[in-house]
Amino acid sequence: MSETTATVPTPAKPRRILDRAVVRFAGDSGDGMQLTGEQFTTEAAWAGNDIATLPNFPAEIRAPAGTLFGVSSFQLQFGSRRVYTPGDRLDCLVAMNPAALKVHLPDLKEGGLLILNTSAFEKKNLDRAGYATNPLDDSALGERYRLHKIDITRLTVDALAGLPLNAREKDRCKNFFALGLVSWIYTRPIEPTLDWIKKRFTKSADVAEANTRALKAGYHFGETAEIFAECYGVEPAEMPPGVYRSMTGNRALAWGILAAAQRTALPVVYGAYPITPASDILHELSQHKRFHVRTFQAEDEIAAVGAVIGAAFGGAIGICGTSGPGLALKSEGIALAVMAELPIVVFDIQRGGPSTGLPTKTEQGDLLQALYGRNSECPVVVLAPATPGDCFFIAYEAIRIAVRYMVPVIVLSDGYLANGAEPWLIPDPTKLPDIDVRFRTDPEGFHPYAREEATLARPWVRPGTPGLEHRIGGLEKQHITGNVSYDPDNHDLMVRLRAEKVRRVAQEIPPTTINGPAAGDLLVVGWGGTYGTVTAAVEDAQASGLVVASLHLRHLNPLPPDLGQILHQYRRVLVPEINSGQLVRVLRAEYLVDAVGFNRVRGVPLTTQDVLEAIHQMVEDKR
Amino acid sequence: MSTGTNAPQARRYTKKDFESDQDVRWCPGCGDYAILSAVQKMMPDLGIPREQIVFVSGIGCSSRFPYYMNTYGFHTIHGRAPAIATGLRLARPDLKVFVVTGDGDGLSIGGNHMLHVLRRNVNLTILLFNNRIYGLTKGQYSPTSELGKVTKSTPLGSADRPVNPCAFALGVGATFVARTVDRNIAHMEETLKRAAAHRGAAFVEILQNCNIYNDLAWNLLYDRESKIQHELRLEHGKPLLFGPADDRKGLVLDGVRARVVRAAEIPAERLWTHDEHDAAAALVLASLPSPEFPVPIGVLAETEAPVYEDLLLEQEQRAVSDRGAGDIAKLLVSGDTWTIR
Repeated sequence: MSETTATVPTPAKPRRILDRAVVRFAGDSGDGMQLTGEQFTTEAAWAGNDIATLPNFPAEIRAPAGTLFGVSSFQLQFGSRRVYTPGDRLDCLVAMNPAALKVHLPDLKEGGLLILNTSAFEKKNLDRAGYATNPLDDSALGERYRLHKIDITRLTVDALAGLPLNAREKDRCKNFFALGLVSWIYTRPIEPTLDWIKKRFTKSADVAEANTRALKAGYHFGETAEIFAECYGVEPAEMPPGVYRSMTGNRALAWGILAAAQRTALPVVYGAYPITPASDILHELSQHKRFHVRTFQAEDEIAAVGAVIGAAFGGAIGICGTSGPGLALKSEGIALAVMAELPIVVFDIQRGGPSTGLPTKTEQGDLLQALYGRNSECPVVVLAPATPGDCFFIAYEAIRIAVRYMVPVIVLSDGYLANGAEPWLIPDPTKLPDIDVRFRTDPEGFHPYAREEATLARPWVRPGTPGLEHRIGGLEKQHITGNVSYDPDNHDLMVRLRAEKVRRVAQEIPPTTINGPAAGDLLVVGWGGTYGTVTAAVEDAQASGLVVASLHLRHLNPLPPDLGQILHQYRRVLVPEINSGQLVRVLRAEYLVDAVGFNRVRGVPLTTQDVLEAIHQMVEDKR
Repeated sequence: MSTGTNAPQARRYTKKDFESDQDVRWCPGCGDYAILSAVQKMMPDLGIPREQIVFVSGIGCSSRFPYYMNTYGFHTIHGRAPAIATGLRLARPDLKVFVVTGDGDGLSIGGNHMLHVLRRNVNLTILLFNNRIYGLTKGQYSPTSELGKVTKSTPLGSADRPVNPCAFALGVGATFVARTVDRNIAHMEETLKRAAAHRGAAFVEILQNCNIYNDLAWNLLYDRESKIQHELRLEHGKPLLFGPADDRKGLVLDGVRARVVRAAEIPAERLWTHDEHDAAAALVLASLPSPEFPVPIGVLAETEAPVYEDLLLEQEQRAVSDRGAGDIAKLLVSGDTWTIR
């Protein structure tokens, strides 16, 4: 554990203090923009800012250089106030080539800071980006934005003169020049990046030196070049005291599993078939065998859920991670777990669809699939994390519920939460709730489908337990005995019991937190990864005097018991979602409430501005 | 609690101990009865406490099998038993796990899982009942049905060539492959015992009769006269001989091409000697077309290879012994952190 107190460098030029700033680094997928963004995020975190990030990269691994579809970007918002989202419009755009400029310029605020790497603006790249004339020669660009044309490539190569690296290796350091420059502009400390370089390139002193020099060169360029009249400061945010780390959603899901594995002292079998954007959970877990987590890279999505069901039958914690298309393939397996009443957890890291859709982009299109996407009457528990860090608690909670109620639990994360990062107050794992694992060992009066009263859970029996030999399966079970039964009344009863068991999970849900007045003109209801956007928009609306509140659902099935009563305290209900209106359908059906959807399905998070406008429209519409 | 009194190791079992209280619901005359009986009969010889045995099956007539075994059992979904059994072994390497499947379950809808469970060499005993027909869905042709098979779904004859289960298993690297016949109880018991004793994925094709939809599909090996002509009993280290006593025939191998010869007309050392440890030769043997060649029954191959879950668990144990058990509290504060006061 390395612990640092934020030190913000004292600049030689005037420093203007901002509340928050939105910066985006954009370039070719080979330009290292993700790394640049992640490092800048760390620097801002060290400076004590609150942060939200949005990595955005092409599905192609090595997209052709210079093309529009090969552009990779990383956006973050950092602030001295609470930051809920990566931000809508950019204060600063760094474009490493013409394609990056073309793709991202529309998001830059008028008067925003635009930094272009001039050496990349040559004929071939301009052609690939579809520029007939060189935008560097376009005077309008300099009029609309604070444009800085900097030959980042040449300055980097010059700074590395004398190092025994070839031209290509030197060229690859240019992202750190850009990082150094932006670090200077926003007076974020470069020490964490210098540290990172030291640790990362232990095997090559020359590469470490090159990156260090490039970073410092960029930083000093800002300081000494006459082109920047001022720099900016963003004061540390008021955040709860404690030890923080940066956390992404996928890592948090993985670590939530580890926390549960340690608490229960049970082995975990994590079954997965590689799929974007869920694969990082598999990668992360495969590094933590010490927690008795057995990662199984299955031959397909179906085998992954199958193995996990087999593990649960064996008395282990069975978990699999996938994305929408994989969830579709797992439907039959999940239904088996519903029938066999075995505890499994399925993470669905939602992405744009249908079909292969937009593998690297975010969406909330799988809610109805999770709730209803199986044959017959097949209820499961559905949870959704609100932020990247919340993924840790949701993973733990999913396991806790699954084993307590002997039910499958689906967790709906999404591409934005999975790859997005936030400063995360590290929790005390001993304060996490207990996970109630009880294996039946007593043969006296044992029946495989006898139920516990409070939860309706059937007993969990580890094979190997003498005297409890029994058979289960996908055929309908006779109540209590678990024998195969085709009796009509028994089937009706079992359908109701399986539904009631899921319904009883509602007793685990804490009272709903309402952000704003307990009654009023408008309630905005969000779920999953839109938490930040909805909260930011509602707080802006409240600041402008509207009587608006929001609430955020982490439990989608069952819904919180107090939800119906809350919904009816407001004149209107607005439900923003990155789909064509899924939760809104559920709320209308469940509560006979005239909820209205706000829907954009663009593969990117909703913007705060769009939600804010929808709020204003709803409140002003006096019908 | 009565766990102490049930101390398993001391217990001597009989066949009866493995019969569950459920009524067996296969059609009268089905070959599955004989298989069930053979399995129940050989169980006591395994020397494994009953509660440590699990039968996992998919869907189909054969997959009803676990209900009739008084062990732990899981009747799962179509084709997925190998995947479910793999997860069970990962969680519980202490259990003895059997997979019961059929030609449709194991080689059609579950063909992919069968491939992977065999190549991974998961420690499972896999019994594939091959009756060359879909019984439970009432008589459609299966992936092992002969070309031109006339069934409800193929009134003009099937147009796809059958898969040879043993050749498939050998082709994907199975470490134990055997074939036996439902009407040969003694051979079945012997073969199943060998399979159950193998460490790794053991694949047994059991030629089984569906007297309703595909009666006498294996008559080549049922009919007394035909059986004498066509059955080739495999014995390790013995020459491949078949046919009636007064007209013994043998197989010789020229390169990878097999030929049938009159045993009397060829020196004994020229005959093909069965070597269970030679998987490549077993593949040639398993692939011989019938009726031009005899049908080999017995153990085609038994080879040694690392067991998948052994390797995974070794990694786990090494990780724990090298760096100690995982500690979430330490992990949470590992790497870059910062303090806000």
